[in-house]
Amino acid sequence: MVLKNNIKVALIGNPNTGKTSLFNQLTGLTQKVGNYPGITVDKKEGSSKLSNNHTATITDLPGTYSINPTSLDESIVLKTLLKKNIKSSPDVILVVADAENLKRNLLLFSQIKDLEIPTVLAINMVDQMKRKGITIDLRLLKEELNTEVVLISARKSEGIENLKAAIIKCHVAAKASPMCSVNHKIDPDYFDKLKEISSNYSLYELWLMVTQNNYPESITPEEKEKLLAFKQDTSKLKKYQHKETIYRYQEINKILKKTYLIDKTKGTDLRGRLDRVFTHKIFGYFFFFLILLLIFQAIFDWASLPMDYIDGAFADISGYLKNELPQGVLTDLLTEGIIPGIGGVIIFIPQIAILFLFIAILEETGYMSRVVFLMDKIMRKFGMNGKSVIPLISGTACAIPAVMATRTISSWKERLITILVVPFTTCSARLPVYAILIALIIPNKKIFGFYSLQGFTLLMLYVLGFATAILSAYILQKTLKIKTSSFFVVEMPNYKIPSVKNVVFEVIEKTKAFVLGAGKIILALSVILWFLASNGPSSFDTIEKEIKENKVNIGLADDELQQKIASAKLENSYIGIMGKSIEPAIRPLGYDWKIGIALITSFAAREVFVGTLATIYSVESDNENTSTIKEKMASEVNPITKEKVFNFPVGMSLLVFYAFAMQCMATFAIVKRETKTWKWPLIQLFGMTGLAYVSAFIVYQILS
Amino acid sequence: MSTIASLQIGEIGYISEESLDEIPLKLLEMGCVPGAEVQLIQVAPLKDPLYIIVNGSHLAIRKETALLIKIIKAQ
Repeated sequence: MVLKNNIKVALIGNPNTGKTSLFNQLTGLTQKVGNYPGITVDKKEGSSKLSNNHTATITDLPGTYSINPTSLDESIVLKTLLKKNIKSSPDVILVVADAENLKRNLLLFSQIKDLEIPTVLAINMVDQMKRKGITIDLRLLKEELNTEVVLISARKSEGIENLKAAIIKCHVAAKASPMCSVNHKIDPDYFDKLKEISSNYSLYELWLMVTQNNYPESITPEEKEKLLAFKQDTSKLKKYQHKETIYRYQEINKILKKTYLIDKTKGTDLRGRLDRVFTHKIFGYFFFFLILLLIFQAIFDWASLPMDYIDGAFADISGYLKNELPQGVLTDLLTEGIIPGIGGVIIFIPQIAILFLFIAILEETGYMSRVVFLMDKIMRKFGMNGKSVIPLISGTACAIPAVMATRTISSWKERLITILVVPFTTCSARLPVYAILIALIIPNKKIFGFYSLQGFTLLMLYVLGFATAILSAYILQKTLKIKTSSFFVVEMPNYKIPSVKNVVFEVIEKTKAFVLGAGKIILALSVILWFLASNGPSSFDTIEKEIKENKVNIGLADDELQQKIASAKLENSYIGIMGKSIEPAIRPLGYDWKIGIALITSFAAREVFVGTLATIYSVESDNENTSTIKEKMASEVNPITKEKVFNFPVGMSLLVFYAFAMQCMATFAIVKRETKTWKWPLIQLFGMTGLAYVSAFIVYQILS
Repeated sequence: MSTIASLQIGEIGYISEESLDEIPLKLLEMGCVPGAEVQLIQVAPLKDPLYIIVNGSHLAIRKETALLIKIIKAQ
């Protein structure tokens, strides 16, 4: 039997070098997202068959320009590489470089080579070399860099077999020599002393530990103490880091002079021409505005068809099972708890997938960097960053992937503010709530003869959410006392036609983040909600009998009697008792205990509001037909004042409450994860919900 | 002394040796090293951020950073 050898490969490269394309090419459908032990950042991994005897586990590390991190994403690269000699450390590092910008890509390569781990260099996008007038002397480059170098085109799937062979060859040879030993030219004495600390690490590793304050687990306390002594003179460290970089570029220039030739007369200036439009002071913004319009149109219009279909399908499944399965608690749990719960998650997928389809395309083409450029100054006025635009747009689908998208922002203050205000943007979970309330309180009229007043109200709610996000960012910027460097640099990559494979994988990954993040909580909540609504203290069990025996009810049709029983049961269930107990607190906002129940249940996920009201107004839960819920709500009358419960002031008060309140457990969990403290998610929870309460109070008191 | 921020759109300069200590490490690593050619491509409203090409890299940097990087303008 031949034993298969598995090689652990870490994939590293500058952003925009086609690293993702190569990863998709090598791993295909085997890729999955996991967690790095100890650090809560997603880790993308997949396996690849290298030859008949070798397989590889490939880890895709975040794109970075250097091993010295300036953002959370980039620090993963350093942390992974400093873990030497343990089970999860990579055997071979595969550095991906862009043929057009080889010089800058080689800087990262030179740093990695100095870690003395076997390294393969893949020069990507070679299919474009001819058009751009680039020639590379591969044989000489291999010699100069003292490693395996392969020319590939990840998109056209060229050179992949050569690359696989090179990985095996590199692993077998285990050749790991430094490229430009940093010490010679800078300060030989200083670096000799550093090297003496330990022979278990390469000099460059020790240097990184000193400069980056990041130590592998294998370091001994004595070694660490000696390393800390080197940290004393920080200005010296900074100076030596600068010198090191200059030195590296000198070495790279020497090598490229012999091996790399670019004929600048070739190559068209497509990037320049497109940039003149996309980054233009007027046309640039106009174009961005058009794209935003298109995106919102798509979320509203295109997504509604599959959403209606999903809604209907789940109702049908519930109804079918209810008829087919024997009656009992388990059937109820399945048809009233679990299936509507799953449906409540699936229904958001079309909107979220469509939004991330757009974002993935905009990022893949390279256009998103131009938006960052256009928006940076404006966003900075509000304490954010040009890069905050992407989370804010993503937030209109779901706050979870939006919060995760802030990781590329290197300034902690700007990133934190973005995280804190993102949940104000109108996410897809607010839509069903808005839809039913608007239908109840806003007349179906046209304004200016053509524009639907209901549609206009919805638009205003989006504007309200966005304006609140911006305004609270401004307040946070003035009040948060966080010292942070606001260093900002964005690469403007070449424009590219997006690769279908990359876009599809990206959309699947982001949608999965929603399904697994929010989905679990929404599902669990529907089951808990079902339990609390169908169980209660002792009075709950006797209520059915009481109603049946009550003289008032004799002579009622069977349907009506059943509905009355259902309502009474709810009132006496645990959830009903909870609703009644908070009634005094929500009375000033215009809400009764029934709305109170919906507020409690939607505290963990907003969209549960509609389902709860459906149950409360004893509409069969497997038939969430909006018009019937709407009719019930419209005819609901306060037993004391005899006024309609869902009148204009109450509806407006609810709309404002749902626009501001932080009612999403999944967002709370992800903010806790990303900020690593309870402080920020708690501030967010109380701040947003407090604002919601006060605003709803003001709106109700003014209007009523 | 001119800096990157004082370039006109399309104008070219060379990063001066004196500003070495002022240039953030990350920018150095992205190719913004002394002696390198810088060209200003585009500016956002209020001349911030600036879109430059340096050492073959197309980058957007904020004005506050651009003011730190001294250059010698091409004749």
